[in-house]
Amino acid sequence: MVTALFFLFAGLAIACAISLVYHKNPLYSAVSLIGVLVSLACIYVTLAAPFIAAVQVLIYAGAIMVLVVFVIMLLNLEEDRPLNRLRYLYAVGGGLGLILLAQTFFIFYAVSRVPKQPVNVDETVGETLNIGRAMYTEYLLPVEIVGILLLMAIIGGVILVRRLAQPELTLVVDNELARRNEAEEIGDYRIGL
Amino acid sequence: MEAIAKTIFPIVVLFGAATIAFGVVLMIVAYTVLAERKVLGWIQGRIGPNRVGPWGMMQPFADLLKFIFKEDIVPDKSTKFIYYLAPIIALTCALMPMIVYPFGPAITTIDWSFLPFGLDEGIERLPLTIGQIDVGVLFVLGITSVGVYGIALAGWSSNSKYSLMGGLRSSAQMISYELAMGASIIGVVMLAGTLDLNGIIYAQMASPFRWYIIPQFIGFVVFLIAAFAETNRVPFDLPEAETELVAGFHTEYSALKFALFFMAEYVNMFTVSVMVVTLFLGGWYIPGLTHIFEMGSVAYAIASFVGFLLKISAFLFLYIWIRGTLPRFRFDQLMNFGWKFLLPVALANVIFTIVIVYFLNK
Repeated sequence: MVTALFFLFAGLAIACAISLVYHKNPLYSAVSLIGVLVSLACIYVTLAAPFIAAVQVLIYAGAIMVLVVFVIMLLNLEEDRPLNRLRYLYAVGGGLGLILLAQTFFIFYAVSRVPKQPVNVDETVGETLNIGRAMYTEYLLPVEIVGILLLMAIIGGVILVRRLAQPELTLVVDNELARRNEAEEIGDYRIGL
Repeated sequence: MEAIAKTIFPIVVLFGAATIAFGVVLMIVAYTVLAERKVLGWIQGRIGPNRVGPWGMMQPFADLLKFIFKEDIVPDKSTKFIYYLAPIIALTCALMPMIVYPFGPAITTIDWSFLPFGLDEGIERLPLTIGQIDVGVLFVLGITSVGVYGIALAGWSSNSKYSLMGGLRSSAQMISYELAMGASIIGVVMLAGTLDLNGIIYAQMASPFRWYIIPQFIGFVVFLIAAFAETNRVPFDLPEAETELVAGFHTEYSALKFALFFMAEYVNMFTVSVMVVTLFLGGWYIPGLTHIFEMGSVAYAIASFVGFLLKISAFLFLYIWIRGTLPRFRFDQLMNFGWKFLLPVALANVIFTIVIVYFLNK
């Protein structure tokens, strides 16, 4: 049963990944990526890690990809743009792909040399309580470092956005306010409303 | 034979449970629509639908038939695949949280020995939840956050300005209020010490307050407001603001595809009502009911289930009541309210709860 589910979701993930790479329309690619993430979450559930699965869906599929879709919708990219300038990327991508494949085979080789241990599906390692306990006792320092990194990233993001957008925004608002005040002083409610 | 029966039995039980829950939820949703039209009618001094069946009781089915037989118009310049996919995503994501709804307490008093092939082996309790997931709260939040795609993609793929604006507004609104919603839940999760919905109800039974609405009142209010925004209901129904956007993201949808969006909205209302009731009002737990019925008996389960439905109906009525009462926010007001008021309040509530829990545990 679990094996059948694994092959179902693994196949789904691979199919979505292929469609992610091959679609020219960026929105189709984004939807395919969501498919990949959700299929992976389903595989995590069969591996007795429901917390990781829920967080995967909540953060990657529910938050990050929404922003990606949002940007694609706003940018309104043209389809079928010639990609001649990016030809050399094929070579780079192929090379990186080969390295990734070699890495995969190395991991397979390394895993096959290790004596086999049966994985217990009912094990409680993946449960929320145990993850929380491990994070805030044994791995406290990494968690704090990551927390500070994320805080820095948030502050950096806010500052970057502010600097670009602020002058224009205030200008528009000021004009609008001034116009309204003027209209109210004159008593011309057509502009004010 | 016995081996086959033992393999198939859990699958059959799960499918049966899912079908029953599906039927119950969809019937409640159908009659929520009728109740909304009736109550709005009374608020506005009208009668409401009263022609189909006695007291208009068959109106939802008449509406459904109408939706099925209407002409299905697909815009010429739409992105077809995503246009068809969007309503499916919306309704699927709306229905999936049904798996973890805590419909009632586990029944422990039934004797299962009448089952053939020794199927009763190991069955001690009949939980009234389809899937007992360790991370039920996160599951519901995650699935509903995926539901945003239904609306956003519908808006984009229709290739219409109104739809696009509606889709953009709705995704911005849902992302913003998801944060406040999640932050308002953290207090409850900290008090209960678990993310499992049934576990939260049991924790409320054990706590001195009985219902978490008392120690977490701020969280309750924040959750309720965020829930209105999450389900795109008045006063936060900007994605489908009729006066400016025709019908928002579903302007270009007709017939059954529109019906799917419509149903998804009402199922989402039901879901957030279930969440509010479970997290803050004790779910199926009614204080003092154990004095009348024995814990774990069928009667106790039925009484609890009825109590659960009544609490949910109260919230569904609140939704309708507010729709008949309040005007719509402006978009910048909505964003300012979400980010500058609701989120800080929710975070302050979290910090306050952390301090209290720390000193209580000390």
